[in-house]
Amino acid sequence: MNPKRAWSLPVVLLACLSMLAMFPLVGETFYIQLLTKVMIMAIFAMSLDLLVGYTGLVSLGHAAFYGLAGYVLARVAPQYDSANLWTTLPLALGACAAFALLTGLLVLRTSGVYFIMVTLAFAQMLFFVFHDTPIGGGSDGIYIYARPLAKIGDTTLLNLQDRRIFYWFVLCLMAVVYLFLKRVLNSNFGRALIGIKINEHRLRALGFPTFRYKLASYTLSGALAGLAGYLAAAQFGFVNPEILGWHSSGSVLMMVILGGMGTLHGSILGAFAFILLQEALSNQAWFGDAAAHWQLAMGLFIIIVALLLPRGLMGVSSLFSARAKQESGIE
Amino acid sequence: MDPAFFFIQLLNGLQYGLLLFLVACGLTLIFGILGIINLAHGSFYMIGAYIAWSLASMTGNLALAILLGIPLTVLLGMLLERLLYRHLYARDHLYQVLMTYGLILVFEELRSMVWGDDVHGVAVPAMLSGSIPLTENLSYPVYRLAISGVCLLLAGGLYWLIQKTRLGMMIRAGSTNREMVQALGININLLYTLIFSLGVALAAFAGMIAAPVSSVYPNMGAQVVIICFVVVVIGGIGSVWGALIAAILIGLTDTFGKVLVPEYAGISTYLLMALVLLWRPEGLFKRI
Amino acid sequence: MSDAILRAENLTKCFGGLTAVNTVSLELHVGQVHAVIGPNGAGKSTLTNLLSGDLSPTLGTIYYVDETHGRHNLAGMKSDRIARLGIGRSYQKTNIFLPFSVFENCRIAAQSRQQRAWRIFRGAAGYADVNAVAQRSLQAAGLGDRGDMPAEALSHGEQRQLEIAMCLATQPRVLLLDEPLAGMGAEESQRIIELIRQLTPAHAIMLIEHDMDAVFAVAHRLTVMVNGEVIESGTPTEIRASLKVQQAYLGDAHGGFHG
Repeated sequence: MNPKRAWSLPVVLLACLSMLAMFPLVGETFYIQLLTKVMIMAIFAMSLDLLVGYTGLVSLGHAAFYGLAGYVLARVAPQYDSANLWTTLPLALGACAAFALLTGLLVLRTSGVYFIMVTLAFAQMLFFVFHDTPIGGGSDGIYIYARPLAKIGDTTLLNLQDRRIFYWFVLCLMAVVYLFLKRVLNSNFGRALIGIKINEHRLRALGFPTFRYKLASYTLSGALAGLAGYLAAAQFGFVNPEILGWHSSGSVLMMVILGGMGTLHGSILGAFAFILLQEALSNQAWFGDAAAHWQLAMGLFIIIVALLLPRGLMGVSSLFSARAKQESGIE
Repeated sequence: MDPAFFFIQLLNGLQYGLLLFLVACGLTLIFGILGIINLAHGSFYMIGAYIAWSLASMTGNLALAILLGIPLTVLLGMLLERLLYRHLYARDHLYQVLMTYGLILVFEELRSMVWGDDVHGVAVPAMLSGSIPLTENLSYPVYRLAISGVCLLLAGGLYWLIQKTRLGMMIRAGSTNREMVQALGININLLYTLIFSLGVALAAFAGMIAAPVSSVYPNMGAQVVIICFVVVVIGGIGSVWGALIAAILIGLTDTFGKVLVPEYAGISTYLLMALVLLWRPEGLFKRI
Repeated sequence: MSDAILRAENLTKCFGGLTAVNTVSLELHVGQVHAVIGPNGAGKSTLTNLLSGDLSPTLGTIYYVDETHGRHNLAGMKSDRIARLGIGRSYQKTNIFLPFSVFENCRIAAQSRQQRAWRIFRGAAGYADVNAVAQRSLQAAGLGDRGDMPAEALSHGEQRQLEIAMCLATQPRVLLLDEPLAGMGAEESQRIIELIRQLTPAHAIMLIEHDMDAVFAVAHRLTVMVNGEVIESGTPTEIRASLKVQQAYLGDAHGGFHG
C-alpha cells in the first residue's frame, strides 16, 4: 500500500472530527440540528454497512430496528416528563437485539434475493404492528414531549435538551460506534464475517459455523441501528410508522452504497452526502416550485449511482481514468 | 358467521389472491428469466390503475380505457427495458434493488405531478355492474367474479404460452442458457424486451381491472409489490403453482383477517411467511 | 495395517432420476493414499462432496473414527461440522478467497481450529499459534515466500498450491484431494506429489486424479469408478492387470494408462 495513503485516512478523519466538534460554537441552530440528524444517520448507515458491506447480507428492512427503538422510547417515556437515558436506552437496544435475534433465526434461513425480500417483509410487518394494533399510535404516531436526560437520581449529568450538548453527545456516539466497529471487524469474528461475504461456501468447508456468525452480525447490526433510531426519536420528539417503512430502509441502503460500502467511513460520507443532497434538492430558495418534487431528482440520482457508480462516490475518479477502471475491476 | 357471509368473504379472498397471483406472475417472469429483482413492479400496477382511471374518465368506458392502456404500458415496458433494465442483467442484486428503488421514487413523483395525490374511484363497466343474489339479503357483485375469471383465464393463457408454444420454449431456454439461444439465431435482446414488457403489462393490467374495487391512490404500488414478494417467498421462486397457492392463501388470510381481527389483519400475511420460513425456508414448492 | 479411520458403506446419491453415485464403499487408513480414478462423469467429485458434507447421501453411511471424539456417522452432517472433526478437503475448481492475501487465506483457514469468536477486541493478526500454523502450511505447499501477495495475483498452479495449503492449515487427519494437479505443469506437479508423500505417514489421504503417473507414484490403493459405480478396487498392481478396468476405463487398443 502506498505509504502516503496509509496515514492519510486517520488524519482526514481526525480533521473532520475536530471540525465537527467545533461547529456548534460558531454554527446556526438550523445547521446544528441538521448535522445532528446527519450524524445519527451515519450511525444508522454504519450499522447497515456491517451487514451489507462486510457480511454480504443485503437487508432491505433495516429500518425495522431503527423504528422499533424509537417506538420503545415513545412507549416507556413518561407522558410529559423526561425519560431516563440510562434505563430507556439499554431497553431500546435490548429490544432491537432481541427482535434481530428472533427474526434473524428465520430470515437467515434464506439467502440472496429471498433474503432481500424477507427482510423487507418483516420491516413491513412491524410497520403494520405500529400502524394497526394498539401498541402504536396509529398513523398519527406518538409524541415524545421531553427529551431523555442522562440522570442519576436527581442530578442531570447531560442536559440533552440543550441542542449543543445533544450534538456533542451524538458526535461522541458516532465516533465510538466507528471505533468499536473498526476494532470488531479486525478481530477473528470480523475476519470471519468478511470471509463469509467473499466465499461463504469455502468458509463453511473450512469448519466455520457460518450461520452463527451471520446471526451475531445481524443482531449487532440491529442493535446499532436501534441506537440511531433512539437518538432520532429523542431529537425529533416524534415517531410514526413511516420511520419503519421501505423508504427509510431504501434511503439508508443508498447511503451505504453512495459512500462506498465495506469501508465504515464511506457510510459516514454517504450519510452526509445523501442528507445534504436531500436538503439541497428540497430547498425552495434554490429551486422554487420544483423543490416540492425533490424526490424525482433524488430518484434519478439514485438510478444514476446504481448504474454508473458501483463503488459509490469513491469510484467517481474511476469513471474518468482507464487505469483506475482496470484496478477497480469495472469493465 | 353465517354461511352466506362466509361464502362472500371466501369469494373476496379468492379474487384478491388471484389478482396478487397475476402481479406475482409478472414479477416471477422478470426475476426468473431476466434475473432482475424489480422493486418497481408495484409502480407498474399503480401506473396501470392510474392510466385506467384517467382514460376511463375521458372516454367514460373502462373497457375501452383498458384496451387503450395496455399498449401504452407495453410501450413503457419496452422503453424502460432498453434504457435502464438492460444494464442490470449481469449485475449484483444490490444494484438492481437500488436502481429499482430510485425508479419507484421517480414514478411516485411523476404520478403526483401528472395526476395529483387524491384518491379516485373508477366506475365498474355497465355490462358487469350487476350482482348475483345469494340469499334474500346478500348478493355478490358480478364484477368481482369477472376479475377472478379474467385472472384465471390469463393464468391459463400464460401456462399455454410458456409450456406449449415456440415462444415459450425460447423463454424457457433463454432463462437457462442465454448464449446458446443467441447462437441459435434467436434475437435474445428482443426476447428479453418482450418478456420484460409482458411482465410490466401483467402488473399494469392487474392494476387496471382492480381499480373499480380497490380505488386508485398513491402508494398502492408499494403495498402490492411487498405482498408479491411474500407470495414468491411462500410459494417458492420459479414455481408457478406455488405462486398460485401462496397468493390464494394470502388472499384468504388477509380477507378473513380483516373481518375477524381487523387490527391484526395487516400482519397476518407476514406471520404466514414467518411460519413458512420456520417450516420450509425454500418455499412450499421447489422449482418445477 | 491400521484400522480404517474413515469407512464409507454403500454410499448412494440420487439427483431426481439420475444416480450419480451408486452403492460405493471405500476405506481410508492413516498412512495410506487411496486414489479414486475413472473417466469424467464417473461420480468421483460427487463422492468427495458426500464425504465432505457438501452433499448429503440418499443412502449409506460414513463411519469416522476420531481419537478424541469417538465414532461418528458423517452421513447427513453439515460440512462445517465434518471439517471441524478433522476432515479437510481441497477443491477441483480453485475455491480460495481471492481478495485476501495468500497468507490471510491460510490464516483464516487455521483460525477455523481456534475460532475464539468472542474475542471481538483482539486483532486477528495477533494470534501467534494461528500465524505459525498458517506459515507452516504455506511453507509445506511451496508458497512460503508468497505470503504478502494478493491471492488473485497468483498463477493458476500457485493457486492450486494455495488450495492445498488452506486444507493443511485446518490440521486435518483426513485429506480429500480433488484433482490437486489439475492444470499444473510438470515441475509443479512433482512438488505436489512430493508433498503428498510427506503428508502420507500422518494422514489418511483420498486422491482423485487423472494424472496416472502421479497416481501410481503415491497410491497404496486404487478404486476405479465408472458411471457412479465401483468396478474394481485393489492395489496398483492388481488394477494395472485388471482387464475389466482396461476395457471400461480406456477401451482402446493401446493398453497402458494415460490421464
